[in-house]
Amino acid sequence: MDKNISFNLKVWRQRGPKEKGAFETYQMKDIPGDTSFLEMLDILNEQLVNEGKEPIVFDHDCREGICGMCSLYVNGHPHGPATGATTCQLYMRRFKDGDTITVEPWRSAAFPVIRDLMVDRTAFDKIQQAGGFVTINTGGIPDANAIPIGKDIAEEAMDAAACIGCGACVAACKNGSAMLFVSAKVSQFALLPQGKVEAARRAKAMVAKMDELGFGNCTNTRACEAECPKCVSISNIARLNREFIKAKLAD
Amino acid sequence: MWLLNSSVGKKVIMSVSGIALVLFLLFHMSMNLVAIFSGEAYNMICEFLGANWYALVATAGLAALVIVHFVYAIILTLQNKKARGGQAYAYTAKPKEVEWASQNMFVLGVIVILGMGLHLYNFWAEMQLVEVMHMLGANVDATHAADGVYHIKQTFSCPVYTVIYLVWLVALWFHLTHGFWSALQTLGWNNQVWFERWRCIGNVIVTIIIAGFAAVALIYAFCPCAGGC
Repeated sequence: MDKNISFNLKVWRQRGPKEKGAFETYQMKDIPGDTSFLEMLDILNEQLVNEGKEPIVFDHDCREGICGMCSLYVNGHPHGPATGATTCQLYMRRFKDGDTITVEPWRSAAFPVIRDLMVDRTAFDKIQQAGGFVTINTGGIPDANAIPIGKDIAEEAMDAAACIGCGACVAACKNGSAMLFVSAKVSQFALLPQGKVEAARRAKAMVAKMDELGFGNCTNTRACEAECPKCVSISNIARLNREFIKAKLAD
Repeated sequence: MWLLNSSVGKKVIMSVSGIALVLFLLFHMSMNLVAIFSGEAYNMICEFLGANWYALVATAGLAALVIVHFVYAIILTLQNKKARGGQAYAYTAKPKEVEWASQNMFVLGVIVILGMGLHLYNFWAEMQLVEVMHMLGANVDATHAADGVYHIKQTFSCPVYTVIYLVWLVALWFHLTHGFWSALQTLGWNNQVWFERWRCIGNVIVTIIIAGFAAVALIYAFCPCAGGC
């Protein structure tokens, strides 16, 4: 059993997209170390509800690190100080007794705050809809040996496909750039024979949508890959640049 | 036009102009090294790169590269500031993988440009510019126009200038160590293996460039007769 800790929780509260937000501090007492960060917020919300106050609004769904819904910028890190983990996989044992924990929403012009810690990430769906798919119906799962694909290529495509579209890359980037997300989505297809056919069209359409939605320009600081809960590599960004430049030169 | 409209295109412009400027610095540094060994030979190079048509065309080309690189840096930085949004994080932490230089490229670039302004004032305005004005019939003293060693001695005899030049070179080192691999990444010439290779190659090239420049400044600051009195 982990020991219990008490700490101050500094949380961003904002009633609506147009309202002015501010931090509010809550004292948390005797929280067990094996409580997940989101469970800790559940405990706080229950207290708030019992006191007749508005609970804190935050995104969450699967709570096992695969859906990409949870966000939260905890102590200066998207998804908190743990590496390769989402906020729901963050446990209170990472914090010390007497700490002040600062919780903020993702901050980026393309991800406006809806309420408190919840932001609107529809922009990612729009980028995905612009070209993040294969346009033909490929039928059922083919036999594994029907199309020979090298092990290293398959691994790289799988690593890119591990992106859960949570937006931590945008939240971490000082430029509010979505290049890590877009490059992962482009790479997972561009590496495989099924996706290669439409690689040029896909790269052009997705980059154009990304620019249109007001995401920033990548300056290769690598903050995104350092904070990515799925450890998606910036070598995908190089691949996206390559695909995009190749496609434009071919036009 | 995708180069001007798209985010990737604008960064391609930054990359290509940046790499061209690194190549120029490599040439400039090699040329400067001559001043350590022979002042006479160095002045021959200065003569060669004076107000000749090819030197003037190259100078104009360089000026264009610097302007393009700087103008696009401003455009991209402003766009990025806007994309970041109005509200800053209250608590920020820098992951250890993130180079300090990579997050301060614009500030470093401004220091580089200011240093370049001073450098042009110290040397270019005294040499090529004087020569051109002399040829155009202006009443200027062109006796030292091609005497590079004279100007090196003049500049580095003043310790303040030496210190400013060294600070400038340090800023340039930080700017280029990130800029080099970042340019190749933007051009798409990178992957998991080449990432470390490019970083290493970049660090070596940039360190050689900066060390060469710094050597000339320091040698002339401490022993003004280096290139022969």
